[in-house]
Amino acid sequence: MNIIPEKNYLTYPKGLKSWLFTLDHKRIGLMYLFAIMFFFLVGGIFALMIRLELFSPGKDIVSADTYNQLFTLHGAIMIFLFIIPSIPASLGNLILPLMLGAKDVAFPRLNLASWYIYVFGAMFAVYSMIAGAADTGWTFYTPYSIETNTAVISLTTGAFILGFSSIFTGLNFLVTIHKLRAPGMTWFKMPLFVWGLYATSIIQVVATPVLGITLLLLILERVAGIGIFNPALGGDPVLFQHFFWFYSHPAVYIMILPGMAIISELISVHSHKKIFGYKVIAYSSLAIAFISFLVWGHHMFVSGQSELAGMIFSFLTFFVGVPSGIKVFNWVATLYKGAVRFTTPMLYTFAFLILFSIGGLTGIFLGALSVDVHLHDTYFVVAHFHYTMMGGTVIAFFAGLHHWWPKIWGRMYNERIAKITAVLVFIGFNLTFIPQFIMGAHGMPRRYYDYLPQFQGMHELSTYGAYLLGFAFTIMAVYLIHSIFKGKPAGNNPWGGLTLEWQTTSPPDPHNFHEVPVWTHGPYDYDKIKVTPDLEKELETA
Amino acid sequence: MSKKDHQEHVIPLMVYLAVGAALLVLTVITVAVSYVNLGPFNLVVAIGIATFKAMLVALFFMHLLYDNKLFMAVFLSGLMFLGVFIILTMFDTMKRDMIYDEVAKPINPKAVIYQESAPPTDQTGGQQ
Ligand SMILES: [Cu+2]
Repeated sequence: MNIIPEKNYLTYPKGLKSWLFTLDHKRIGLMYLFAIMFFFLVGGIFALMIRLELFSPGKDIVSADTYNQLFTLHGAIMIFLFIIPSIPASLGNLILPLMLGAKDVAFPRLNLASWYIYVFGAMFAVYSMIAGAADTGWTFYTPYSIETNTAVISLTTGAFILGFSSIFTGLNFLVTIHKLRAPGMTWFKMPLFVWGLYATSIIQVVATPVLGITLLLLILERVAGIGIFNPALGGDPVLFQHFFWFYSHPAVYIMILPGMAIISELISVHSHKKIFGYKVIAYSSLAIAFISFLVWGHHMFVSGQSELAGMIFSFLTFFVGVPSGIKVFNWVATLYKGAVRFTTPMLYTFAFLILFSIGGLTGIFLGALSVDVHLHDTYFVVAHFHYTMMGGTVIAFFAGLHHWWPKIWGRMYNERIAKITAVLVFIGFNLTFIPQFIMGAHGMPRRYYDYLPQFQGMHELSTYGAYLLGFAFTIMAVYLIHSIFKGKPAGNNPWGGLTLEWQTTSPPDPHNFHEVPVWTHGPYDYDKIKVTPDLEKELETA
Repeated sequence: MSKKDHQEHVIPLMVYLAVGAALLVLTVITVAVSYVNLGPFNLVVAIGIATFKAMLVALFFMHLLYDNKLFMAVFLSGLMFLGVFIILTMFDTMKRDMIYDEVAKPINPKAVIYQESAPPTDQTGGQQ
């Protein structure tokens, strides 16, 4: 029978103050987890309102102006307050030091500061919702963002502040990975989750300052009319898009790389098979991080960018597909002849493989200059983006959440309900976004409040899908929260993982390990080491 | 941290003073050169001197020359990404009128947006 240790990071020390001033990476990760799940809920409610409005043409529940604010807030909240911090700041904070065999991250105080800065930035974003929410879209394109009367400044200030929280996390992880690895853990013996977070952190540190500059210039332009982006004053509105996408394209890799990192980890653990092509997966993360800086112009093919730049960026964009493709092939090859277990995390992993492949391949369509001229600013782009970001990152996040949940709380959720929910999420997701691909290819523009009657059927399907998704996430919230209090003790190593986080107790000790762990094998040496997952041991003894 | 990492390299005071003097001299040169018209090289010379000064500061005052070479790599990669940003953006801003001659002309001169006599200022992002 598995037991939960009396003294663990959740129970010791006690009191609200011990949480608010904690320097423990696990507690900070948990506080991040609650914060981002809250904003996932808020952004999700906005999404459901958008889908309800689009159920039929014309006005249904909100006015056109409110609709513009809704999709802006949905985008801005989901991007800046949910996806960017999601995996690194919550699961990364919780698991990375454990995986490295470290007691904490390199700069625990900086870590806590990053959480408070996140909350501070979030307050600006919430304030902007009350004070006349922005209606520019999450991209804040000039010149409209300079002219609109809505609360652009407070929302961009929020995003500006949130950038610092992101930089702090990235910086912290870089130093932690360089300096705090367990004895014996050389670079190529690190778990692939660590490699993914390393590549992510590089982008966070290098690209985020550019977002800061961009938003600052936008605010200055609005407040003081300095004329960087205003052509009447000799500025260039397209320059804003260069600035913005120089951050925001790499930022989609801030979002997807940690997702890929989780999948690399899970696919090996849940098939008890050595990962196929370890080094290639590790290098491809770095390659993605590097190439992601060279392709931003593919967002501007029809924005008045020069044809030459369009051609160069289209050409470069195809390169990003290569390392992503390499990863997908390696994951699939790992499954071959593995002892695949159809656990909840593994179901989400399969969902990821399918959805991310669709998302990635449609990205190649959009990166092709001539095809993009037809598809840009249609629902095809919306569907592509959600297949990569939601079908990719968010699904991977839930895969990881279900994978490490028993480590975080020491207790298991109800696997049967969780598996049914995973199937519902998969169906709901596809029902929401496949119609959007079709509509987009038929010319339904994105961000429109009203539409031609011919699109109504597709919009209805999409709305049904969105509500099915919302329903599935509600079930997930219920069984996860229930498991915190009533779940069965999960044991130290429920899935039979070989990495270090499974060698400590669940939930871990406040100091992670009682003695410094020594790393003697590779992270995925299932060919050499036999492990029986604790969950399966339970079954055998029962 | 190992001892090797942390070995403090003490730079002699003379080096600091010499670098400081060099910076002052270069400032004087910058001002002096601004009185001479070098045509297209005005900018090149000014930026060249400024870059050299920045290099002195980074190498000596900020110890990059003596520190772990990792810091140098980080510093240079920052410059590299800045270079990527500026160069790729210039492929757009400098080449807007390339390849297709039609670009600078209205596709349909009778279109509503060309009705006013003033040239379109495009303040509304082409949404007229
Ligand atoms: Cu992009």
